[in-house]
Amino acid sequence: MPTVDVMPKLLIYLIQAVVLSLVVITGFAYLTWLERKLIARFQVRIGPNRAGPYGLLQPAADAVKAMFKEEYIPGHVDKFVYVLAPMLALAPALIVWAVIPIAKGVPAMGDVNIGFLWILAITGVESFGVILAGWSSNNNYSLLGALRSAAQMISYEIPLGLFLVSIAMLGGTFSLVELVETPRAPWEWIWIWLAFPFFFTSILAETNRSPFDLPETENELVAGFFTEYGGMKFSMFMMAEYINMITTSTVVATLFFGGWQGPLADRYIWLGPVYLFIKVLALLFLFIWIRASISRPRFDQLMRFNWKFMIPAGLVYLTVSAVITVFLK
Amino acid sequence: MSVFAFLIGALSLAAAIGVVVSAKPVHSALFLMANFATLAILYVLLDAQFLAAAQVIIYAGGIVILILFVIMLIGHDPADHSQQGLTRPAVASLVLGLILLASLVLQLTGQLELGTGGGIASGGSPAAVGTELFTRFLLPFEFVAILLLVALIGALIMGRRESGEPVEEPTG
Repeated sequence: MPTVDVMPKLLIYLIQAVVLSLVVITGFAYLTWLERKLIARFQVRIGPNRAGPYGLLQPAADAVKAMFKEEYIPGHVDKFVYVLAPMLALAPALIVWAVIPIAKGVPAMGDVNIGFLWILAITGVESFGVILAGWSSNNNYSLLGALRSAAQMISYEIPLGLFLVSIAMLGGTFSLVELVETPRAPWEWIWIWLAFPFFFTSILAETNRSPFDLPETENELVAGFFTEYGGMKFSMFMMAEYINMITTSTVVATLFFGGWQGPLADRYIWLGPVYLFIKVLALLFLFIWIRASISRPRFDQLMRFNWKFMIPAGLVYLTVSAVITVFLK
Repeated sequence: MSVFAFLIGALSLAAAIGVVVSAKPVHSALFLMANFATLAILYVLLDAQFLAAAQVIIYAGGIVILILFVIMLIGHDPADHSQQGLTRPAVASLVLGLILLASLVLQLTGQLELGTGGGIASGGSPAAVGTELFTRFLLPFEFVAILLLVALIGALIMGRRESGEPVEEPTG
């Protein structure tokens, strides 16, 4: 292959990736604002309202504050891993975006025939950041948080994978672009929506979101795996968590609610991202709503719920989906 | 493509050396992850997307996390093992490694033609792999499934407490 053809293509990919990352990171900034506002409303408070109208400049103020903090590395940590961990936490959350379709026939980066496997692979790598942060901090609270997180993420990946495989089987494709564009019968939609509560629960555990935020329980583990982190490196963990929320919401919207599909989205291609945005926003509201409403379980309860309920339910769902795919489609 | 492939190959080799020479087990595990990731990229370059995804899911996402988990459970070993010289396990692994290297070299010298991507270049997509698994290799595939089931049950039995043993109270 001559290099002349490759360079412009690479450049286009590079620009796409930078634009996508910027959009998602801006999304992160305003998600923190949305969460603080909503949680405040749930608790009959007002929330941030000083920086700009309705506190809209709060994310900018937070970013400036984080950036100008001293980049302090404690003396007792394993420096290489300590610096690497926040990056490993943040990168997978952004990488998943590559395969998600954002409009008719337009994937965010590229349409690959392993879209589903890509999501599974990247979610598998996501726990590295947390585990390594906990280990390298050389701090008992951090290590406990990391161990919890490793156990929790490995366990909840299993039901997540089972439901993902079921949906791939029903859709008959590994490509997310094709999945969204394949029309489905109404009964099939209902069957898929049955899996939504299970899938969403696994995702809450995968993203370490409340009520499953046991790796960072402030009342027993100080701050869990990021106890020893500050400044921008701490912010990167926050970014990883919130971007993971956005990413998984987009995946859920794509798998369960037709992604960019909506009235007239076929005709006017720019409507696709708008519909996707609305669906993602609704799911993010659900994330925050759950955080405000449900209290945290004990760790053994969390694990028992997964191994004794979620995984068997996932296996049953997978089996029934396989039967449906063979006999009804 | 070949320049890129060589670059990734070199990275992969460097990571593999890193696994062996690192003093800390966690660093070794990290290098192992880098090694698996670069191997996955090589698979993509050979048009074997399914293999690449499986590589990341099973090895980088599963095995390395498990290794890290075990390292953290066992805790930090302050003893320095690098000055012990040739212990028996070291000699055994050296011999086995050399046998593996020799057989790989013998196998590959006949058919090493870079850039062609081998004979399976068109068969790397999930659909192609699945079709092959469920037609030509159905019997071995089923055997592997049974083998894995046996391993799973074996692990369960080994992990189970004897009936007389005191039950540990869950802590934390």
